[in-house]
Amino acid sequence: MTRFVERHPAWALIVIIAVAVALWLIFAVWPPGLEEAIGRKRVFLNALFNGITLGGLYFLVASGFTLIFGLMRNVNLAHGSLYLFGGYVGYAISASTGSWILSFIVAFILTALVGVLLQVLVFRRMEGQDLRQTMVTIGLSIVFADLMLWACGGDFYQIETPSWLIGPIELPLITALKSSGEPVHLRYPLVRLVIFLASVIIGIAMWLALNRTRIGMIIRAGVDDRDILAATGVRIQIVFVLVFALGAGLAGIAGVVGGTFQSLSPGEDIRFLLASLVVVIVGGMGSIPGAALGALIIGLAEQLGSVYIPTYAIVVTFLIMVLVLALRPQGLLARR
Amino acid sequence: MSVTHDAHIQVRNPASTAQRPAARAWPDINNPAAWIVAAILLIMPLIANGFFLIEIFATTLILGTIALSLMFLAGYGGMVSLMQLTIAGFAAYMVAVFGVSGNANISLGWPWWLAVPMALMLATIFGTLGGALAVRTEGIYTIMITLAIGAAFYYFTNQNWAIFNGHTGINNVGTPHFWGVDWRWDIPFYYVVLAVAAICYFAVDYISRAPFGLALQGVRDNPRRMAALGFNVNAHRVAAYAVASFIAGLAGVLQVWNYRQISPGSVSVGACIDVLIIAVVGGITRPVGPYIGALVFVLLRTFALDFLVKIGLDGNRFRLLIGLGFLAIVFWSSDGVIGLWQRWRQSYYSQSDRPAGGRGHG
Repeated sequence: MTRFVERHPAWALIVIIAVAVALWLIFAVWPPGLEEAIGRKRVFLNALFNGITLGGLYFLVASGFTLIFGLMRNVNLAHGSLYLFGGYVGYAISASTGSWILSFIVAFILTALVGVLLQVLVFRRMEGQDLRQTMVTIGLSIVFADLMLWACGGDFYQIETPSWLIGPIELPLITALKSSGEPVHLRYPLVRLVIFLASVIIGIAMWLALNRTRIGMIIRAGVDDRDILAATGVRIQIVFVLVFALGAGLAGIAGVVGGTFQSLSPGEDIRFLLASLVVVIVGGMGSIPGAALGALIIGLAEQLGSVYIPTYAIVVTFLIMVLVLALRPQGLLARR
Repeated sequence: MSVTHDAHIQVRNPASTAQRPAARAWPDINNPAAWIVAAILLIMPLIANGFFLIEIFATTLILGTIALSLMFLAGYGGMVSLMQLTIAGFAAYMVAVFGVSGNANISLGWPWWLAVPMALMLATIFGTLGGALAVRTEGIYTIMITLAIGAAFYYFTNQNWAIFNGHTGINNVGTPHFWGVDWRWDIPFYYVVLAVAAICYFAVDYISRAPFGLALQGVRDNPRRMAALGFNVNAHRVAAYAVASFIAGLAGVLQVWNYRQISPGSVSVGACIDVLIIAVVGGITRPVGPYIGALVFVLLRTFALDFLVKIGLDGNRFRLLIGLGFLAIVFWSSDGVIGLWQRWRQSYYSQSDRPAGGRGHG
């Protein structure tokens, strides 16, 4: 942090000012002039919270993607299919047993199994052939998409939110003052906050596992130089299978999350594949903190964009990607 | 860097590069099969009726030309770009916007000889800018960035009503009439498509042997060495994107004349990936590959339904068939159908004790 400030004082100043403005926008009661200029504070706060929670979902999808890429140099373009598969599994479990938590566990296990099969049956056979692996994942995503369309049809599915998470809660953020001077607090759906919290916890757990455990050390070593790691006697194929299972399982969990606060339908796989592509391009390939930052930026840009410049929301996302590529092609938080 | 080097090298079949001479004459002159194919294509209107002529052969040539632009980038430049269909779609939209169409509030109503060059120019600029963005990264990153560009364009056309008319797209696009001929009639249109495809094919074939194409292949094989020799690596790559964008733009113009409408559905992510499938299935080492791939793709797309129903399966599983075929090709042949054909011919020659590859394989 201090190194960043020392090396880029101008950027650090811009970031600090931006954070200060954002904090003021969140916590202060907006003066009437500002409300006239850019709309009500409630709309802004809702968009902000939607953006952050959407960022949490994007992080869940993209972290698995970036983890797999970081270790195996394998761009898994079937990652969106794993997301959708996890979502459908979660829906089936939640509809038949009524348990939301169980649907997470089963979705994680099943998508992780699919991931293991992919790694063992497909990717191990063409190790080191990046382009061919990528093409195979494209082919697989087509096949999976059609199989899922066959099995589940073109309908929209939504996973039922459990009763203890239904309904909004009041946050200690003031959106406006009533004429009597009484503050109005922001009300926000509890389930979204819980899901966001869960994705933060998963992110921190992943960071800890990668930086504080032995297996994490092995994975980090593999990201840096997998040949030398293999030469030191680590059974790298097992590490590969493990990481692939974890990455795929995270996509499955994300599918259940996405199915709960959005919906599942054919085409969502491409949407989330694209989202995770943009997130990891912005954040930096192979970097977990990068995926978190990228997911937050893209989620916020999408939601704030759709509120304030509805026609061009997608272009904002794209412009961010272009800007990052132009200024820092390796991504915001990647080393090169 | 080392990772992306690998990616470049995987693009082509090692066996075929070993045989490829540094520079060679027009390869098709001495090949009787090429003359036969050319003759059949020229007299096609005598053989095929309107449905086959347009729905199969003209569509094949148009899709093949789009895939040809990808083949040019991937085979000679080592850059797998998934936005070639997006560039074609952009050109198609521009023809509809500048030219005549049913949406009078959007179209400017320019005559086709003004609208088409304008569309081609804008498409080339669009593709070159996208390429300039994509060459900042290499190998597998290029796939992701171009896919993201393609998807962004798709969502943008869906949301923008002022120029792209949202998800309904632009209908009843005008087609050229001059010299007393409606060039959208089946037979004239087939010849227009054939001429454009032939020009593109020979242009790519020529460029691959011209100094620029050779330098581009050098950049594909070893960018560092080419940079050390004084070549501007990125400029060559961006120029390759410009050439490919122009070719894709031409195909896009033909496509909008063919269907007489353009909508976001024609530039969807799935369609972008279809172009990659066509190029890979056909083979991305030589310009003829994309056309073979396109023929296979169009035949499958048109007849898979009947075929699947006939063998007692659900006719809607066409994409499953395409996906499985693509997987099979990627698994067993790194050079598509051409590679399979070459391997078969080589084993045939070696069985009959003739010197293999005597004529070269061009």
